[in-house]
Amino acid sequence: MDLFRAHVLVCGGTGCTSSGSAELIKRFEEQLAANGLDKEVKVVRTGCFGLCEAGPVVIVYPEGTFYSRIKVEDVDEIVTEHLLKGRIVNHLVYKEKAEEEETHTTLEDIDFYRPQMRLALRNCGRIDPENIDEYIAFDGYKALGKVLTEMSPEDVIQEMIKSGLRGRGGGGFPTGKKWQFAAASKADQKYIICNADEGDPGAFMDRSILEGDPHSVIEAMAIGGYAIGASEGYVYVRAEYPIAVKRLQLAIDQAREYGLLGKDIFGTGFNFDMYIRLGAGAFVCGEETALMHSIEGGRGEPTPKPPFPAVRGLFDKPSNINNVETYANIPQIILNGADWFTSIGTPGNSGTKVFALGGKINNTGLVEVPMGTPLRDVIYKIGGGIPNGKAFKAVQTGGPSGGCIPAENLDIAIDYDSLTAIGSMMGSGGMIVMDEDNCMVDIARFFLDFTVDESCGKCTPCRIGTKRMLEILERIVEGKGEPGDIEKLETLGENIKKTALCGLGQTAPNPVLSTLKYFRHEYEAHIYEKRCPAHHCQKLLNYVITDKCRGCTLCSKVCPAGAITGTVKEQHVIDTAKCLKCGACMEKCRFGAIEKH
Amino acid sequence: MEQMITVTIDGVQVEVPAGSTVLEAARKANVNIPTLCFLKDINQTGNCRLCVVDCGGRALQAACVLPCTPGMVVKTNTPAVREARKMNLELILSNHDKKCLSCVRSQNCELQALCKELGVEDGDRFAGAQSTYAIDDTSVSIVRDNNKCVLCRRCVGACANVQKIGVIGPVMRGFKTAIESPFEKKLAQMACINCGQCITACPVGALTEKDNTKEVWAAINDTTKHVVVQPAPAVRAALGEEFGMPIGTSVTGKMAAALRRLGFDKVFDTDFAADLTIMEEANELIDRVTNGGVLPMITSCSPGWIKFCEHYYPEFLPNLSSCKSPHEMAGAMIKTYYAQKAGIDPKDIVVVSVMPCTAKKFEAKRPELSNNGLFDVDHVITTRELAKMIKEAGINFTALEDEDFDSLMGASTGAAVIFGTTGGVMEAALRTAYEVITGETLENVNFTAVRGMEGIKEASVKVGDLDVNVAVASSTGKAAELLDMIKNGEKNYTFIEIMGCPGGCVNGGGQPIVSAQIRNWEDIRTKRAQALYSEDEAKTLRKSHENPEIKQIYDEFLGKPNSHKAHELLHTTYEQRDLYL
Repeated sequence: MDLFRAHVLVCGGTGCTSSGSAELIKRFEEQLAANGLDKEVKVVRTGCFGLCEAGPVVIVYPEGTFYSRIKVEDVDEIVTEHLLKGRIVNHLVYKEKAEEEETHTTLEDIDFYRPQMRLALRNCGRIDPENIDEYIAFDGYKALGKVLTEMSPEDVIQEMIKSGLRGRGGGGFPTGKKWQFAAASKADQKYIICNADEGDPGAFMDRSILEGDPHSVIEAMAIGGYAIGASEGYVYVRAEYPIAVKRLQLAIDQAREYGLLGKDIFGTGFNFDMYIRLGAGAFVCGEETALMHSIEGGRGEPTPKPPFPAVRGLFDKPSNINNVETYANIPQIILNGADWFTSIGTPGNSGTKVFALGGKINNTGLVEVPMGTPLRDVIYKIGGGIPNGKAFKAVQTGGPSGGCIPAENLDIAIDYDSLTAIGSMMGSGGMIVMDEDNCMVDIARFFLDFTVDESCGKCTPCRIGTKRMLEILERIVEGKGEPGDIEKLETLGENIKKTALCGLGQTAPNPVLSTLKYFRHEYEAHIYEKRCPAHHCQKLLNYVITDKCRGCTLCSKVCPAGAITGTVKEQHVIDTAKCLKCGACMEKCRFGAIEKH
Repeated sequence: MEQMITVTIDGVQVEVPAGSTVLEAARKANVNIPTLCFLKDINQTGNCRLCVVDCGGRALQAACVLPCTPGMVVKTNTPAVREARKMNLELILSNHDKKCLSCVRSQNCELQALCKELGVEDGDRFAGAQSTYAIDDTSVSIVRDNNKCVLCRRCVGACANVQKIGVIGPVMRGFKTAIESPFEKKLAQMACINCGQCITACPVGALTEKDNTKEVWAAINDTTKHVVVQPAPAVRAALGEEFGMPIGTSVTGKMAAALRRLGFDKVFDTDFAADLTIMEEANELIDRVTNGGVLPMITSCSPGWIKFCEHYYPEFLPNLSSCKSPHEMAGAMIKTYYAQKAGIDPKDIVVVSVMPCTAKKFEAKRPELSNNGLFDVDHVITTRELAKMIKEAGINFTALEDEDFDSLMGASTGAAVIFGTTGGVMEAALRTAYEVITGETLENVNFTAVRGMEGIKEASVKVGDLDVNVAVASSTGKAAELLDMIKNGEKNYTFIEIMGCPGGCVNGGGQPIVSAQIRNWEDIRTKRAQALYSEDEAKTLRKSHENPEIKQIYDEFLGKPNSHKAHELLHTTYEQRDLYL
């Protein structure tokens, strides 16, 4: 194997790839060759580092220098200065605040990473996901070797139960128990399935793992196969994740080539192979029964449980289904032991959780924290707080099935049970931050619009009930809310929660019910006062020109409706009847003379 | 022995076999749980959410799909349960056109009944956007009106699961979900066999037969036309239900009387033609067996089955009997033999068939089922359409005195009557074949091995020295199963009877629609079949070849079975049809 004195790690996650990291790699390789360094320095395309906000991200080892927002033209300088002469290019190094003088040189030093603990993401941003040797170099497939040679299937299940690992897809069901049920079912064929149909808007935890560390999922599925007695596995992944699909397929091929998938793995007589199935992008296919029907070639619709997949699942055979992040934890639990895993997090909520942090937050990106970390730490320490000095209003966890958490609950410890207790849920790990400019009624409308669109249409409450709730919300944000609307939303919401067929329907009303619980006054203002407290809902806005107006006439020129009149050097007036509420005048005004009410 | 478990429903302990659903257990506890999407043996998907019950969990559970577990405690009558059921019903109503007054299913509509049962006070409580659809009336047999559809999916279960066809199913998703044919195709563009099982499964008026009563009334009212009617065997076993009579009441005499009152010029009986079919078919079978023809021979009376075979199993077309179905034979005889005897120009004769079947509407329009440019049968109406005409005419059906059919083509034997149920054609054929082959009198005419409602029945029948292996299948799903076994070489038969609908014509797509509230708990097919078997039992003549009018038609007109003339008028051909039209 060639030895290199330095490594240039370039993020090849979806975020950085779309901001041009592929061109960076090409440029690095060209420049290294031009400077005669290509035998000394290796360029590695890794998975996601997490701090997508600062992408494209480049890290140079052995120093661990963290370069951010690198452009193609910056590459030459890094090569000639840092890699040739050994001088760190300070002005390209990541700075936590714009005004900051001092520069951090390593990843671990910065606030975004310091409170984090990367278990599921341990190899993301560290190895080349397209090279199985790099995974193996970081103890890859060692856990599979251990279970096949030293442990019985029952030992594996007991270890999993002891670890307390709970399903990271949102349900939070103990993984070991799930495996135990599937193992108990007798059948000539069983299946192990990976749910990689990550559908929450803005969530990319599973995507990043598949892109950055696909072998961890393959290894864990083989371990699961051994534990429950399955010889075949399926990964159901969204077709909208092309990089993940490509790297996973490459990883499967490499694992087969190395004999880590296929017949007689490690000479133990254990056979296991796996296949990818592409999902067409239906949110409901993340529901386990719908997912299995989709793999079978049917319409992606849930069926009632029981029977549970462990009894009758894919192709009517006992099946076990876990999500990507759950699997990514498993090899380390096997290697380090259940006790190690339970030492992380809180009792009943062991380990870590990955979140996709987005919305009105300074550091958008992927974060992984121990269970029990205060929500406040994630938002303010890791996330860096709210941009533009605005006030925090709420954070939505659990995606469209979750709820909005207000400021008063910012100090709760993040785990499955505490989030459920306050009307939200862990979900798969979406975390969207809202500030004072977000209208909570409109946020509820936005999320419900998503679930209405994604409902499979099978059961009555979800098919029609959520649509009726959405219609009410649409009326309210348009200023046509009526007395009784709030009560109707509550009745419908509670009924849908109680009677919908699957998890999608049962959780669809959550964004509405949780905003009604914590931000009822905003609903009331919309309905009874025809006012949007966040000044967000267009139909409820009035633009007013104050006495700061100097009469420059710019606003009247940009107004598409001709609603602004006034003479030069005198205060202008907006005709609210004609005003389209497009906001163009406010954007153009140089004197801050136009206000929204 | 069956394992029993104990569950508590509303405080009442009941013992049920393991595997029972909560719905079934509740029934045992004298609790009626409302259902809409559940239809026994056809659809068990738990999607309407009207049968929800409280089992102590966070969410309510659908009783129709929830298996009982030992010691389970279920509450079906809490305020929360009642409100949830009502609200889900009201949500369904909010996207239903509610044109009850002009709906063919008014007063026989499960949605309407549920509204009353669950105490819906305001049908517009959840009013909002309503889906609107164009009515699909492209099929000659079936009309689909999605404006009335409640998305229970019972039709989908009938089509895809029972019949194994699946030409309709859910398309789109969420609020836009609709039951349609794929790729925006219309029903006439699909490999639909027109069986109408979707119609009898539908709880509302979203699926109906193509109404041909207007054409029939017009023919009756046209004084230049001589209108001849013939009802199929199964019609008499179910027509009474439309007038409130118990399921399984035979109304043969009243039906003949009512047809005459409606103004038909001649009231013949398709049962006569069933006897004629047996003469032709039994002799065709004997010919195939003795002269090395294609075997097994398969019956051809059921037009749903015929179209299924043409689309999905064309390799079996040579196995189909070349006999036309009975009402087509009758039509051909009416426009030749009867026309000659009565001295009427066949062009002036209108033949109307009353059938338990919607596929017969399509069959009547097959160009090969005609003679000298005239269709053998001009109009087909279903049992339901006949009932509608009787009601429109103000005939007090239940009070009618029994009357006989008109002679010449009105007499029939017991063999013909049982044509209306699965196994009946087989039994009728065996009665005649036995006597023709052996030359001996068949003492026990009851071939009970081919009776009953199982989807596939097999028997080995001793005919003289011969052991004849026969099979009977009903529903195209079961037919497919049987044909696959023959293709794989697992099974070998001489003669097979296939009927397209489960249970045969008594359960045809044109029969009176029985609410799921009854169908889920009672075997209506057996009751209707029993009416036919009783009629057979009561007849002195129970073998087709003993029918005096049959003897007469061969003597005077056809010569002998399978004669040249018989082939010209009573036999037909089949064509392979594409799966994608």
